[in-house]
Amino acid sequence: MKNAGALQITTPTEREILITRAFDAPRRLVFDAYTRPELLKRWLFGPDGWSLAVCEIDLRVGGTYRYVWRRERDGTDMGMGGVYREIVVPERLVATERFDESWYPGEAVGTIVLVEEGGRTTLTQTMLYESREARDTALKSGMDEGLGAGYDRLAGILASLQTDGDARD
Amino acid sequence: MQLRGYGQGGPDRLDATFAALADPTRRAILARLASGEASVGELAEPFAMTQPAISKHLKVLERAGLVSRGRDAQRRPRRLEAAPLAEASQWLEEYRRFWEATFKHLDALLDELKAGEAKRGRAKRRGADR
Repeated sequence: MKNAGALQITTPTEREILITRAFDAPRRLVFDAYTRPELLKRWLFGPDGWSLAVCEIDLRVGGTYRYVWRRERDGTDMGMGGVYREIVVPERLVATERFDESWYPGEAVGTIVLVEEGGRTTLTQTMLYESREARDTALKSGMDEGLGAGYDRLAGILASLQTDGDARD
Repeated sequence: MQLRGYGQGGPDRLDATFAALADPTRRAILARLASGEASVGELAEPFAMTQPAISKHLKVLERAGLVSRGRDAQRRPRRLEAAPLAEASQWLEEYRRFWEATFKHLDALLDELKAGEAKRGRAKRRGADR
């Protein structure tokens, strides 16, 4: 995909994670990709070695959805589900989210907004958690290694900060 | 404003770190301090900013535990504290990597869907010509 936009992740408030990304496609296709099980299984399948084994969607306000990711090598399951609160095709989707294992406290609310211009779609995906602690736990969820970066990684981070500074001038 | 949690690990520090990193001037200050400690005057130099304005930014960075003050009473040089930056950056980096990979899969799927529609569009037009 030639004109896909860069991913941006920010924390605009203490309980939110905001993701922004542009796609080189009309928004009704992006909306389809987010709401049809046969399509979701082809992109939201998780890290390497995982698949979206179960994907059930009852796409109506008050309807439920259920996803179960499965790790191929040992059959470990990670399940998640929720209820749709708002559906405006093809521009807005709001649903609750809760994981079976519940590694962050409470329920989160996910909001997806799609804006199209000239065949390109900008996605804004907001995850709202019940507390700052829940949000931070969710943010840390991708980590399998322990905390504490080596100084070589820190050098990489600081180098990118320097580039930001240069770009500003 | 409560100052609980600053200087320790945990949720307050993560938030303070993100807030500190959100500003381009503060990121530039951190980049400068990565090359070595500097006084407020030295830090203010490259910016079209007064020392009090730079001090405000430094306060945010200090509260986040990203910058500390040296002991030289005259110069009070500021120095970079790497640990909270590394922590927050590492979490964000992992999270970001997951979504970058995931959205690349979505890019590929969308390309397929568009190609499929284009194909059907051409077939439809050929059919209509008959």
